Amino acid sequence: MIELIIPAVISCLLAFFVVYFTTPPLIKILAKKNYAVKDMNKKENVMIVRPGGPSIILGIVVSEIVLYGFFQLNEILAIIITTTAAFVIGYVDDRKVMGGWFKPVTLAIAALPIIFLGAYDSDLAFPLFGDVQIPLLYLGLIVFMIPITGNTINSIDVLNGVASGFMVIASFSLSICLFILQNYEIAIVSLPLGFVSLAFYKYHKIPSKIFPGDSGALTFGAMYGVIAIVGGVEIIAAIALLPAVINSFLFLSSVKRVVEHRQIKNPTMLTPDFKLMTTDDKTAPVTLVRLILAGGPLTEKQVAHSIFKLAIFSGGLAIISAFMMVVSI
Amino acid sequence: MKSGLYGFLFAMWVLIILGGGIMVVLLGPFTIQQFGEFHWIIASGIKVAIALILVVIWILLLSKLKNWIFKKELNS
Repeated sequence: MIELIIPAVISCLLAFFVVYFTTPPLIKILAKKNYAVKDMNKKENVMIVRPGGPSIILGIVVSEIVLYGFFQLNEILAIIITTTAAFVIGYVDDRKVMGGWFKPVTLAIAALPIIFLGAYDSDLAFPLFGDVQIPLLYLGLIVFMIPITGNTINSIDVLNGVASGFMVIASFSLSICLFILQNYEIAIVSLPLGFVSLAFYKYHKIPSKIFPGDSGALTFGAMYGVIAIVGGVEIIAAIALLPAVINSFLFLSSVKRVVEHRQIKNPTMLTPDFKLMTTDDKTAPVTLVRLILAGGPLTEKQVAHSIFKLAIFSGGLAIISAFMMVVSI
Repeated sequence: MKSGLYGFLFAMWVLIILGGGIMVVLLGPFTIQQFGEFHWIIASGIKVAIALILVVIWILLLSKLKNWIFKKELNS
């Protein structure tokens, strides 16, 4: 057991402190270069620097390389390569606005190292009912999964602290599930994602000092997707991600096409006392935030906390599902 | 609205579990032997088609459920 605890502790500390200490200088560099965008939900004309992706990927790569030194697993290589590729894709999109097709297509290509490294098991495990073997279908699932998780996290990055806070809850829930399923090595490999998200949340929470940008959000989402595949917990991972899945589902069912989020109308607006309220514009997309605001105006912090409560609820459902994996009918 | 969201989350979870059951019961034991060494590719292709149909049904069910839950919430 000690051979697992030592790498776990070292990688978690590295993941947390690399992001904790590299984000403030990154904020200074980005501010000096004037890489900043307006925070749309603030009363003053507040400019926030972006992207925070570089410190996030640094924390992930450093901690995963250390874990590779201990375990030499192809699964860790798949995490490092695919997540780094997702960061590069996001960074390109941060610097130069690309078309709606760019991220899904390139993220699908970024998923290929998982296949080439053989870091997957083509059995899909379901709670209560057991496994189903789908060798060909599973290859398609891998190629689709990374764009879906990447864009799902990206689409929930709408308010201060939501993407990173949501990722803390979802990734720790997934790690707990992996421990319940006794997949200890992948559980330890998954822990840095939670700690990186937690360290970044310190600077991303309300009032944000930095936004993750596409590079940060895609890095979070892609790593989450790879862990789900290499850990064989695809269904549990989807359950832990359900609030963000609902957001994407509501968005797509109202917009009815894949579209870059910059091209759509803002589904919320500010009240005179600077609370968020849902817009009267019937052509604006339906989103999770818009549904939360249907009951009346709320502050940005209250909306974020509502999303976190939903994430905790779905994290609980994921943990129950993990226990249901252990039994079968 | 918030209780509706929790209800929707729970309904999605139940649908995932039930969908998994159908996948395991329907797709799991499905095999074809009469196509020589390519039998697994053909069987996989059929499994893909069935899985896609299941996903479409799942999305339609969710869509109906979403309308039912949120319209009920907004009317109350």
